[in-house]
Amino acid sequence: MNVSILSVIVLGLSVLGFFLARRRALSKVNGKAYKLHSRPIYYGQVVFLFTAVPALLVLALWLFIQPIAIERQVSAEIPASAIPKGSTPQLVMSDVRRIAGGIDAMLHAGNITKAEFNDMSVDTTSIRSQLASVGIALGADVTPAVFEAAKSYRNMKNVGHTAMAAVVLVVALAGLLLSLARITPAQRARNIAEHFILALLIGASLVAILTTLGIVLSLLFETIHFFRIYPARDFFLSLTWNPQFRGGSDLGMIPLLWGTLYISLVALVVAVPVGMLIAIYLAEYAGKNLRSFAKPAIEVLAGIPTIVYGLFALITVGPFIRDWIAVPTGLGNSSSSVLTAGLVMGIMLIPFVSSLSDDIINAVPQSLRDGSYGLGATRSETIKKVILPAALPGVVGAILLAASRAIGETMIVVMGAGAAARLDLNPLEAMTTVTVKIVSQLTGDTEFASPETLVAFALGLTLFIFTLALNVLALYIVRKYREQYE
Amino acid sequence: MNDIKVSARDVQVWYADNHAIKDVSVEIEDKTVTAFIGPSGCGKSTFLRCINRMNDTIDICRVEGDILLDGEDIYDPQVDPVQLRAKVGMVFQKPNPFPKSIYDNVAYGPRIHGLASGRSELDAVVEKSLRRAALWDEVKDRLNASGTGLSGGQQQRLCIARAVATEPEVLLMDEPASALDPIATAQIEELIDELREKFAVVIVTHSMQQAARVSQKTAFFHLGNLVEYGETSQIFTNPVDPRTESYITGRIG
Ligand SMILES: Nc1ncnc2c1ncn2[C@@H]1O[C@H](COP(=O)(O)OP(=O)(O)O)[C@@H](O)[C@H]1O
Ligand SMILES: [Mg+2]
Repeated sequence: MNVSILSVIVLGLSVLGFFLARRRALSKVNGKAYKLHSRPIYYGQVVFLFTAVPALLVLALWLFIQPIAIERQVSAEIPASAIPKGSTPQLVMSDVRRIAGGIDAMLHAGNITKAEFNDMSVDTTSIRSQLASVGIALGADVTPAVFEAAKSYRNMKNVGHTAMAAVVLVVALAGLLLSLARITPAQRARNIAEHFILALLIGASLVAILTTLGIVLSLLFETIHFFRIYPARDFFLSLTWNPQFRGGSDLGMIPLLWGTLYISLVALVVAVPVGMLIAIYLAEYAGKNLRSFAKPAIEVLAGIPTIVYGLFALITVGPFIRDWIAVPTGLGNSSSSVLTAGLVMGIMLIPFVSSLSDDIINAVPQSLRDGSYGLGATRSETIKKVILPAALPGVVGAILLAASRAIGETMIVVMGAGAAARLDLNPLEAMTTVTVKIVSQLTGDTEFASPETLVAFALGLTLFIFTLALNVLALYIVRKYREQYE
Repeated sequence: MNDIKVSARDVQVWYADNHAIKDVSVEIEDKTVTAFIGPSGCGKSTFLRCINRMNDTIDICRVEGDILLDGEDIYDPQVDPVQLRAKVGMVFQKPNPFPKSIYDNVAYGPRIHGLASGRSELDAVVEKSLRRAALWDEVKDRLNASGTGLSGGQQQRLCIARAVATEPEVLLMDEPASALDPIATAQIEELIDELREKFAVVIVTHSMQQAARVSQKTAFFHLGNLVEYGETSQIFTNPVDPRTESYITGRIG
């Protein structure tokens, strides 16, 4: 029985339980609903929840645990002698899984019958060619040990699935019957249902939090691993970034961090003034109609995929800057440059700054404007001396959010600034950032346990801490600002 | 009899199609507290805001008729509303100190209009204004503290200090005590009485006791019309118009 049918059955049972429970609750008080502690619908909800939720949880856990358990079991069965030289238990296990899958496919396609399969053995049939006929290509002939392992893998999987269906159905039925049996007029059904749902909500948010925690922890472990094989001092303080695939690399973070900060700075220099001016115009000068059109139009900029900005940088801005600025001034001749990436990223960030700042400026109470006008201040004096100072903390928050966005950006940098790590002040030179190097270190062909690969995690963690700090700072400032007017 | 400070003739105000002020003519005297009373929505605030052209900041608002300040038409195209508002100060219903220090709040107008040259002169203006608003003793040790941190009554007196610091000739107050507790209200009323020595004060109030306590002249508005205008004592004891009498005795409003 496959998983979706099983879930449908469980849900069907739950819906049935809902109606049965409502009927039962009403019949217990002879249809006089006011004698029940809660409205009848809540009795239905309780039964629904107790039928569906535990059964589906069991289902989910089972699906998660079964493959792990079977994998363990089967790999323990494979004798060490069955692992060819130069291979690993993991590679053999993946053959086992593929053979098992292939047998399923053959049975399904009718190439062999159940009986034939039971008689099958490595000596009598060429399993490799049979599998090839259903599209499973194996690198070598199948050894008896591996074939046996595949057979037992298949068996366990089938048994496991049957057992799962049985257990899930039993849990659902048990939930249904037990909760139906417990219905009495005095049962506090609404409270039970509400607590149940509350627990579900908390569970859902825990999933999000635990995931974040998991991400951080895995980053952390790999980073610790990295620092065991590469000195932390060199990582943080060395001024060269020069990974070698043969080992003996220089993995200094500083050139990358410098590239990140430099490009982000250029981006902010573009985005902040333009964004602020847009925000001031929209909030203080633009008419209602214009505003209702212009604001969404600017926000469209935020919805453009960054790869498209990257193309723009690569094809238009980069060559333009090279031909009109870099070459004439003799400062460089590459079409990838800090300036290109910074400019394009700045354009991307404009809506972040302008939209948030516009909201913040709008939140400055009208009474402050009236107060200022009432003292004979002009509109621009009012903006400069009252509105912007009042909005400043919020605006700073918006800028910090834009900054953390800039620091995390990858695509525009690859296509606009290149991938050469360099510690340079010249904005017309190619440079690169932390994020770009994370990608290139992980997509290489090196072994996963080498410092050249693991450095990506250390870089990732550094970046994570950096942007987290920026975000916390931004939230803190924004929140502090909000307290003023509420 | 004092001089006429503000004189309005046949003033009409529309908010889009809503005819909010109809044919109002009134003469407001200098060195006098004039109270505008009337049921809510009758146009008191609207008329008050005509006197310093605050209605200009509302797009849909249209004003017709003449309003003269010292005999000069304030709606003349020659007149800059920004300059006018320095001469006709305003205090609002809800205290609205800027999120700046107490000092900077009071110094805001003088700085904009260049009323003080140099720090010591500005210090003097700030002190004088705070004294006039009866706030100096309470805040003299914390002039650098934020104005928004004061109590409601102190905030409103700060707003009054801020308004008098620009040396206005007329002071408009729109229900200046309606958001305050009785003690703070009493302080503000006392203050208004003192301000009369220097300025023409126009106060909108929904409290008839307040109008009777602080004003010398009272104007009663009803549905956009100025129904009756005269000595406060006469309006409250011997109203001519039956609508005024009904309002004062609590039958309308
Ligand atoms: N900013 C505005 N926009 C549109 N209509 C307004 C505005 N302010 C006041 N009005 C209208 O003008 C009329 C008079 O309002 P207002 O002067 O505030 O009365 P009062 O101060 O006596 O309570 C009301 O009908 C009100 O709805
Ligand atoms: Mg009003």
